[in-house]
Order: sequence, then C-alpha cells, then structure tokens
Amino acid sequence: MELDSLYQEVILDHYKHPQHKGLSTGFTAQVHHVNTSCGDEITLNLTIENNVITSLTWDGQGCSISQASVSMLSDLLIDKNLDEADVIVNSFSDLMASKGTSSGDPEILEDAVAFAGVSKFPSRVKCALLGWMAFKDAAIQSQGESK
Amino acid sequence: MSFSVTDIRKDFPIFERTIRDGKRLVYLDSGATAQKPWAVINAQSDFYSKHNAAVHRGAHQLAEEATDAYEGARAIVAEFIGAAENEIIFTKSATESINLLAYAMGNAEKGNRFALTSADSIVVTEMEHHANLIPWQQLAKRTGAQLSWFKVTEDSRLDLSSIDQIITSNTKVVAITHQSNVLGTINPLEAIVKRAHEVGAVVVLDACQSVPHMKVDVQELGVDFLAFSGHKAVGPTGVGVLWGKAQLLDELPPFLTGGSMVTSVTMTDATWAQVPQKFEAGVPNMAQAVGLGAAFNYLSAIGMDAIHQHENSLTDYALKKMLAIPGITIIGPQSNDSRGATIAFTIADIHPHDVGQYVDSQGVAVRTGHHCAWPLAKCMNVPATTRASFYLYNDEHDVDALVEAVVGAQKYFGRF
Repeated sequence: MELDSLYQEVILDHYKHPQHKGLSTGFTAQVHHVNTSCGDEITLNLTIENNVITSLTWDGQGCSISQASVSMLSDLLIDKNLDEADVIVNSFSDLMASKGTSSGDPEILEDAVAFAGVSKFPSRVKCALLGWMAFKDAAIQSQGESK
Repeated sequence: MSFSVTDIRKDFPIFERTIRDGKRLVYLDSGATAQKPWAVINAQSDFYSKHNAAVHRGAHQLAEEATDAYEGARAIVAEFIGAAENEIIFTKSATESINLLAYAMGNAEKGNRFALTSADSIVVTEMEHHANLIPWQQLAKRTGAQLSWFKVTEDSRLDLSSIDQIITSNTKVVAITHQSNVLGTINPLEAIVKRAHEVGAVVVLDACQSVPHMKVDVQELGVDFLAFSGHKAVGPTGVGVLWGKAQLLDELPPFLTGGSMVTSVTMTDATWAQVPQKFEAGVPNMAQAVGLGAAFNYLSAIGMDAIHQHENSLTDYALKKMLAIPGITIIGPQSNDSRGATIAFTIADIHPHDVGQYVDSQGVAVRTGHHCAWPLAKCMNVPATTRASFYLYNDEHDVDALVEAVVGAQKYFGRF
C-alpha cells in the first residue's frame, strides 16, 4: 500500500519512542516553531560548544511525521560539527523537495532516508521539515550569540 | 418528491471519479468547501461563453445581458435569505464580507453610529472562525475599543450566564457564528439579539455553516448583518455575500473605493452611489455571482427544509456509530440537539493528521487541524481534531465508510 511508503516502521518507532525528547535546562539557543496549518509545535534547545553540537533536546506535540522527524534529527546531529550538520540538513531538505524521485543518501541521512516516501505527499512535507527548520533557526541564533 | 441521495449525487460530476487507486470518493469535507452540481458549473460556463461583458457599464447588448444575469443572481440570493435586493452585497468571500464591514466601521467618523472609540466594546465568542475573530480583534486594536467574548462551556455551548455583563451599554458590535465550523453547535440567537438591541449594538452573524444547510431568514433571525460564502453552498469560489439592513448599510461608510461605486467624482472629492453599489467597487466576480444564483436555485428546488432534515438524521446516525468506536472523543455536542452535520473528533494515541492520512488512503476525505479556530482548539484543550462534515450528497454508506476507516487507522497505527 502507498501509505506504507509514508509510514515506515522506523518512523513509527521513533514516534512511539522519541529520542532526546525533554528539554535541557541549559542551551545556547531555544526556538519554538509552529506549523500554522495544523497546530503542530516543537520547542528545540540547542547547545553548541567550539562549533560542535553538544546537546540537542526538544519537546513538542504533533503528528507521527513531525515528531519522528525531529527525533531522528536529534539522533543524527548530536556530536556533529556545524559544517557536517549543514550537509545533513541540506541533504534532508533536498530529499523532501524531491517529490518521490529520490531515495536519499543513506551515507549522510542514515535512518532518515525512511522519510523519502513523505516527499510524495505534499501536505506532509512541512510536517517532516518542522524540526529541521527549527534546528536551522536555532543554529543561526547560536552563531549570532557566539559572535 | 422524496429525498434521494442517489439522484442528487448524479448532479455532481465529481462523484463519477474515483480516488486513491480506484476507491469510491467519500467526501466529508463540505464544511471547508462543497462540491458543485452541473447546474452551477454550466451557469458559469454559459456566462463566459454567451454573455460575458462588464456589468453596469457597456452600451451594448452583451453588457445588458451580463447585468441582467448578475442582478438576477442578486434577486435570487435576496429571496433565498428573505432580504431585499438592495441589501445584498457581493464580495469575493465571507472573509471579505466581514472585513468589509469591520473596515467600513473603522472609516466611520465621529457622529456616525458605527464610529468606535476606547469607550466602546466589541463582543465576539470563543468559538469563532478566525474570519469572524481577527477582523474584530484588529478593529478593536485600531480604535482602542475593548474586545470581550462569550466563553464556551464544557458541553460545547455558548456560556450566556453573564450576558448582561458581556454585552453592556458600551457594546457597539456583537459578532457571532450561527453554527460552529468545528463543534457543529448551532447557537441560540434570540437572547443575544434581544440584549444587543437593548443596548443599541448591531449583531453580525457569520452564517457560513448555516446558510448552505438550513432555511435562514434574516427577518426571523432579527440580526443586523450576515455574511456567508458561495462555495460552501455548492456555489463557485470567489463569491461571498454581505447582507445588512438597508438603513444600516446607508449609514455605513464605504471600504473599497474606485469605479462604479460613485455618483460624482472630481480631482479632490467623490460622492457615493446607493447601496449595494457603494460597496461593490471595481468589476465584480460576475460569473461567480451568476453561479451562486444557480446554486441557490438548485438547493431551493430540493428544498432547504428537506436538506436540513436529511442532514439531521444523518448526524443522528453518525453520532451513534462514531460514539461506539472505542477510544473516540467527539469534540462538540454529544447529542443531536441544536447541532449541525459537522463532527470533530480525536482518537486516543493517534494524531489527527495521521488519522486523516489513513482515512484518505481509504477514499474518505476529511479535514484535520485546528480548522481556523485556534483559540477554540486551545479552550477545548486539543491541539487539533479530525473533522467530518456532511452535506446533501452524503448518506449512511459514507458514515459507514468513515467509521470503517477510523477503525482501520486504529489497527494500522496500533501495530507498534
């Protein structure tokens, strides 16, 4: 069924068992992003030390796609430096814009290639991107802080 | 004539197609927009192919025909809601209708009955669609007027217990929805209209969810202004209506200015045409207005009372069937008393977006989210809901398909 390409097991697994959920007390930037069309929301705390993401925690409510996506993002980005993070974020954004024509680069995205199926459902792409846009925003704010 | 959904569906070409790999279309999103019968599609097409010209302007036969068709649509709309023809203003949407009213009031100068100051108040309700909240909220900000509102009770009704404290001698406007687009609640208007008129306030009714589904007569309701959109009433998009009592429309300053809303113009000044032209600047959405006329003729031929009765028994059936699903919570009145055919719900442990996606894979079209009523979602303490809304072309098979799909979603997402 077409639906199974959207709801991959690894996605539903992250939804049921979210990683790094629960906000840290300290952070270099905190952002709150909302999907205005459906009300899904994510608060994301980011700590960057010496150009490396040392902590990324979040809290939120929303659909399986938005929540699993931010869970996987936190798994992928913790301990990466900002250049590495940039490559991962761009790769994921490209995958989401692919309208089902790309299967994603497993070398870069690891389990997050499971979201390839989401790109076939235009109304769900912004669900998958919610946490990633929040991270981008937080990274910019963190860099602003350190200057 | 007996009410036959089978026959009615034949009038709507969209039901001839299938979706999601050959599945029957179960369209339960009429609260967002209704499907269109051939009568409406053809009326627009005929206007463009046979009569197209700018209304109220050209000195030629086509302009006469276009004007007749456009003004004919106005007459149909007026009759449909029990109004006079010159009280019907065509807009592009209900949202524009309400904004027109709010901005026109904002243009009122001191001495005009609509002029607002910081001494005045505007009253809304917690269950308003954004379109009947934000224009008033912003008008209050611009003028310094106070914004007050009726709260919603736990059983999804308006809390009118403090009506005399909410609508006060300072109140100038009471803006309220006839039927909630989320809860389905049909609001009682009598006490509100009585109290508002006691203190000299005008009542603005958002009738988007009522005019398409029941007999609405502005004289009987006693309200002062009423707004609705065409596309929720099997009419085209791009046409809405603002109705107001003639005397009030006379006193209301214009909002949009420009061509065809004037009697005389100099380089430094202009005077306004009579209503409704005063509020219809520019070349209007003519084919869409004509299409709305065709839509109302179509609905009238079936009968608004028959449509309402059909939807009422369908709601009865749907509430019983849906309440029997384990883990479901209906957000809105649990009984069929004073409620329309809109049923919002949540399913334990499954986000509405995921419910919507699964039921869509089964051919069932619903809406998910906060339905442009964010404050209401917050007060009902739900981030989002799934909403099924029914219309004249839905029947019990559609309800059964929805129930089956929701149970399927529970199985699908319960795998882990």
